[in-house]
Amino acid sequence: MSLAAAQPATQPVSVRPVLEGRGLTKYFSVKRGRGMFSGHDRLFAVEQVSVGLAAGTVTALVGESGSGKTTVARMLAKIINPDAGNVLLDGEPVPSGRPRSYARQVQMVFQDPFASLNPVHRVRYDLVRPLRIHHLAGEDIDATIADLLRRVALEPPAQFATKFPHELSGGQRQRVAIARALSVRPRVLLADEPVSMLDVSIRLGILNLLADLRDREHLAILYVTHDIASARYLADTIVVMYAGQVVEAAPSARLTDNPAHPYTQLLLSAAPDPDRVEPPSLAGRGAPPSLIAPPSGCRFHPRCPHAMAICSAKAPPSVTVATGHTANCWLHVDPAQRQVEDGSEPAPAPTDGMFQRPAAASASADRHHPEED
Amino acid sequence: MSPAPRSTSPPGPVTSVPQASDPVLEIRDLSVDYGFGADAVHAVVGCDVVLRRGQVLGLAGESGSGKSTLAMAAIRLLRAPGVITGGEVLFHSAPDAAGGLHETIDLLRAGDAELRRVRWSEISVVLQSALNALNPVITIGAQFADLLKVHRPELTESERWERGVQLMEMVGMTGDRLRSYSHELSGGMRQRAMIAMALALEPQVMILDEPTTALDVVTQREILEELMGLRDRLGFAALFITHDLSLLVELADEIVVMYAGRLMERAAAASLFHSPRVPYTYGLLHCFPPMHGERRPMEGIPGSPPDLRALPSGCAFHPRCPWAMERCRKETPALVGLDGSDREAACWLHSGEATVPAELDLPDPANRGPQPADEPPRVRRATR
Repeated sequence: MSLAAAQPATQPVSVRPVLEGRGLTKYFSVKRGRGMFSGHDRLFAVEQVSVGLAAGTVTALVGESGSGKTTVARMLAKIINPDAGNVLLDGEPVPSGRPRSYARQVQMVFQDPFASLNPVHRVRYDLVRPLRIHHLAGEDIDATIADLLRRVALEPPAQFATKFPHELSGGQRQRVAIARALSVRPRVLLADEPVSMLDVSIRLGILNLLADLRDREHLAILYVTHDIASARYLADTIVVMYAGQVVEAAPSARLTDNPAHPYTQLLLSAAPDPDRVEPPSLAGRGAPPSLIAPPSGCRFHPRCPHAMAICSAKAPPSVTVATGHTANCWLHVDPAQRQVEDGSEPAPAPTDGMFQRPAAASASADRHHPEED
Repeated sequence: MSPAPRSTSPPGPVTSVPQASDPVLEIRDLSVDYGFGADAVHAVVGCDVVLRRGQVLGLAGESGSGKSTLAMAAIRLLRAPGVITGGEVLFHSAPDAAGGLHETIDLLRAGDAELRRVRWSEISVVLQSALNALNPVITIGAQFADLLKVHRPELTESERWERGVQLMEMVGMTGDRLRSYSHELSGGMRQRAMIAMALALEPQVMILDEPTTALDVVTQREILEELMGLRDRLGFAALFITHDLSLLVELADEIVVMYAGRLMERAAAASLFHSPRVPYTYGLLHCFPPMHGERRPMEGIPGSPPDLRALPSGCAFHPRCPWAMERCRKETPALVGLDGSDREAACWLHSGEATVPAELDLPDPANRGPQPADEPPRVRRATR
């Protein structure tokens, strides 16, 4: 089907992204207490996330539940408005609200095809509606619909167009949801966990379909997922999120083969992997922090096996580890520079670009510092 | 609910030499329908599963394959319209001190009193959704107390609390969490509390029905590590049900693969992973993109899982099978042992009348004796 699914990103990464989020930030208000003691807390769902989607590439947004990955996708779709930061389409800021012209170019595919299709309408209705709303119906609407269904490999199209959602399998429903998104000829597809509700044996079919759309129709695709193995399979670039922030971004094979951020390493060490020779040892433990009172400095420092004093004091900068590979981690900052930032801490240097700190003693000595504040 | 009487071997005391690999739970020829008569859907058809002492047996399959139905029917937790239409489920309780007789109970024919004796104290269950499994209006500690009051009436209130604390610590939580309500715990902690509760009476068998599916990978890994540690220490046998075959390969000793209500293949975990014999298993293994090496396009399995109300004739997998033959469309293959190995497969390709495709004829690591050192040990990615 799509050989390009597996090819490394050959497209120049430097091309201007079609859709870009810059410094996206979103707070949610959470009710606390009752009666006269009630009030509202701020939940820092997403902070300063920048992500760019180029035509003909798949960008994966990977993270655990609560990491803010879906919130980012929703902000990019303009379903919710960011509290700070901009969404740019072709480099131009998008006006507030959700203009129809924007919806025509940026479409979303949701996680649960059992919920995203109206059970009382036939497939045809789901596809006709966006065409009518966007005045794209044209002369021969049945031909357009047949073409859409063929593009998502639902053959014969005439038969599928008259079916109700309950007559379709999960994979077929998700294909209908994708066809619906494609009906307005968008340039960007935001797919929020498109396969996690589907049976394992049909997931690859949907992923290959997305890869196909990227290659044949040059769509810019955002693939939001918690499954790093599928991100490695489909995506050209992987962006890893933790507690509302981006911690690492790199070309996908590079990220999974040479993870630079301790959190990415933890994720990889926990992922199921039948090829593993010895039982896995988790590189860090514990659970993601509360986003109402997130840890100071780097949000991962309470779980990080390599945490130093500076990690709890100051948020790490985004460091370029290699071409196209950035990590937000103090370990990759030059020790001298770190000392300037921190004002005190002389710490041993990482041995190379990928840190493999052999000095276990110094690492463990550092580790207990953060508890002091 | 009572099954049609069919006796293959009479339940009751069975004499045999007790071994570590003795079966503790034997499911024989179990069939389960949903509904009656002509409209009945055959969710489980003639399944044989043997769980041995201290073993982790993985039951893999997609949704609708009947894996949960099989387990729930075996311990008589199946609700209407589920009907057990045949088979027997033998539970062999631990050999007594003298090492002589096993007491054997057929759970499908056991009365309420007998079932009450076995349930939870000998066979416990951990379900996927711990939030639904725990009572939301009483504390975790009160639920422990309820459980111990019924099954361990000799304990005093403070002893019950102590036991609760001990169990919570066993699963990596602190005793003060006993005062929490289930909604105050995170998903991982709830599932830990469920596991602690399942271990409270030191059962011989634990049935884990997708226990970590709703959790994040890191939490999943932590809980599985703890579970396997406890298994080594306490020696219970576990029936682990999941759709995630890649996880099972790491975890289980032996794996059974189900499809459309029937068993397709049974083999040791490593054998199943390195040398699948059934096209469905082969396809399923190729549904999980690898974490290392070259990125190659993969196809998954074409088509979609069948509707149990309208199963294909013959082998239910034949419409999706790349190697399907004429016979596959007409006759349903039975699960039979393969020559010279301790594994079983339900596939006509292995009946001797067809040439076995090379993909399904890879050497079985279990038959090569000790693992040869031809493969260099893989360099681990995550450094500690």
